[in-house]
Amino acid sequence: MADGLHRVFPLMRRVEEGKVGATLIFDGELKAQPGQFVMVWLPGVGERPFSVVDDAPLTLTVARVGPFTRALTALQEGERVWIRGPFGRPFPLRQGSAILVAGGSGVASLAFLAKRLCEKRTEPLVILGARTEANFMLTWFFERMGLCPLLATDDGSKGWQGTAVERLEALSQPWRELIYGCGPERMLRALASSAVRHGALCWLSLERVMKCGIGVCGHCHCGDQLVCRDGPVFSAEEALRLWRLEARDNPQIADREDSERYP
Amino acid sequence: MALDVSVDLCGISLRNPLVLASGIWGSCAETLVRVGRAGAGAVTAKSCSLEPRQGHPNPTVLDWGHGLINAIGLSNPGAWEEKRILQRAAVGLKEMGVPLIASVFAETIVSFQRTVEIIAQAEPDLIELNISCPNVEDEFGRPFALDPIMAAKVTAAVREVYKGILSVKLSPNVPDIVQVARAVEKAGADLLTAVNTLGPGMVIDVHAGRPVLSNKVGGISGAALRPIAVRCVYEITQAVSIPVIGMGGVLTGEDAMQMLMAGATAVGIGSALYYYGEAAFMRILGELEELMVQEGYSSIKEFRGCAHG
Ligand SMILES: Cc1cc2nc3c(=O)[nH]c(=O)nc-3n(C[C@H](O)[C@H](O)[C@H](O)COP(=O)(O)OP(=O)(O)OC[C@H]3O[C@@H](n4cnc5c(N)ncnc54)[C@H](O)[C@@H]3O)c2cc1C
Ligand SMILES: Cc1cc2nc3c(=O)[nH]c(=O)nc-3n(C[C@H](O)[C@H](O)[C@H](O)COP(=O)(O)O)c2cc1C
Ligand code: FES
Repeated sequence: MADGLHRVFPLMRRVEEGKVGATLIFDGELKAQPGQFVMVWLPGVGERPFSVVDDAPLTLTVARVGPFTRALTALQEGERVWIRGPFGRPFPLRQGSAILVAGGSGVASLAFLAKRLCEKRTEPLVILGARTEANFMLTWFFERMGLCPLLATDDGSKGWQGTAVERLEALSQPWRELIYGCGPERMLRALASSAVRHGALCWLSLERVMKCGIGVCGHCHCGDQLVCRDGPVFSAEEALRLWRLEARDNPQIADREDSERYP
Repeated sequence: MALDVSVDLCGISLRNPLVLASGIWGSCAETLVRVGRAGAGAVTAKSCSLEPRQGHPNPTVLDWGHGLINAIGLSNPGAWEEKRILQRAAVGLKEMGVPLIASVFAETIVSFQRTVEIIAQAEPDLIELNISCPNVEDEFGRPFALDPIMAAKVTAAVREVYKGILSVKLSPNVPDIVQVARAVEKAGADLLTAVNTLGPGMVIDVHAGRPVLSNKVGGISGAALRPIAVRCVYEITQAVSIPVIGMGGVLTGEDAMQMLMAGATAVGIGSALYYYGEAAFMRILGELEELMVQEGYSSIKEFRGCAHG
């Protein structure tokens, strides 16, 4: 059985997400766990990784940042995508109450986690950060589950003015909870250092440019780990170790901006 | 009975015969060191060229059911950056006594020489020439590895500028691999690596009605390649007197033993990391040792090449 090859999924419904992207709900299921990702192939366009937002039906949320994501978010209902996966290690589910901290399109994998947590009747607190009001995605997905995400914007156009991590730190006892984060790397670095400083249990989902997505080519390395295979979810301690390894060898990486991916 | 699985590769001592193949996990120093820590006898870095290369767009690698097919397109950061990567990897590997193999490819003979000169500055234990890439000076852009004369020319040219231990990696996609092996041996190679990927092959998605790889075709590795690789190693070791690192579809201890019995001195491990991660090394080694005990062997030289009868 060649289960490493692509499966075809027709688009069932497209939901516009503010001005920045779209959520794509496909006709079909793909068993996955929160934090895992799939490789999406559009013949003639390319193939890129996206987090699973829901597995039944398969749902992806895509921010438009370049040629591939423009093509993907322009798909019409009934048009098809080719998907292989899921790949990667999921977020560990632990006993206790959780806070999910998302920046930009990082909301995708945490939306799936929120759904699984709600199914276990442990409603998480959700904090969503974006540059500006029009950039929020998937707020409806959380609201549908009865969750009211706390919002933070860089420009103060909606909710708290500041980053999602600053919003988290403004809570009274945030570090007693389990913390899950996904978003721009600058945000994740701030979250990881705070969490480790306060001795909190914290997991992050990292991103690196992926080629094979199956742990063969070595392209997605971060320190000595392969993000597609060993990640994309790492504990905050492990993420800090990997970033230190990376920075030791490539000083320019430490202050690399993720402005390209998170406009 | 104590088992001795160490091997000697042109005077380089390997604690076991399992060598990480080029292009799998080998694009950064930390992952190379990690594979060393996981038990590899030696590790090979990803092939590098003089100038950086982007490689092909995705899709680039697929599990098609009986192995992998890949058209990564030899993406690499270029020789100068690769030299730094090798230097960093060498520090971690030296502590563990794991030899480091560098891999070089180029599209012209002069560029092969120049790239090797830069990579040699990192002082890897061995340099491997990946000659399975198109020769732009050839009328048809055929890979050097497909022509015994061109393969020998590259080898001789690099031999002139590099005095260290030199391996040439052969392609299975030739009617007579022995001819190429003999030519390269005569031109001054110290050992051979055999084989590179098979093909090229193609996987077509019937719903899309087109090849899946963006490059359309790609090299076949893993299980599907194994019997061909074993035959290549068998034929080569019968014809040359230099050692061979045998690779192609080695996923188990039994596969590794086949390679050794075909005459290989060491055994390359590539696609196995897709199935088992870096644990592939201890797993395959454990199985090999178990087989050795079963068959009453206490060292590898007792059965190396025994299939030649
Ligand atoms: C594990 C993982 C999960 C992801 N989940 C989501 C998600 O749920 N929603 C979402 O909108 N985006 C997600 N992304 C990011 C998404 O893959 C990129 O935005 C997309 O590849 C951009 O392609 P493009 O052609 O539109 O842009 P391009 O112009 O090609 O690139 C823009 C930026 O996207 C990133 N990128 C480009 N190619 C790749 C690649 N092959 N692999 C990874 N990143 C790349 C780079 O940072 C690049 O600077 C995820 C990435 C990873 C690694
Ligand atoms: C994804 C991938 C990338 C590869 N890249 C290289 C490379 O850069 N240089 C090279 O000489 N061989 C490369 N190879 C070939 C392998 O080193 C090896 O010769 C081949 O895969 C057969 O071994 P295996 O079946 O154990 O994988 C690559 C193979 C794969 C699967
Ligand atoms: S993308 Fe190839 S190893 Fe992760």
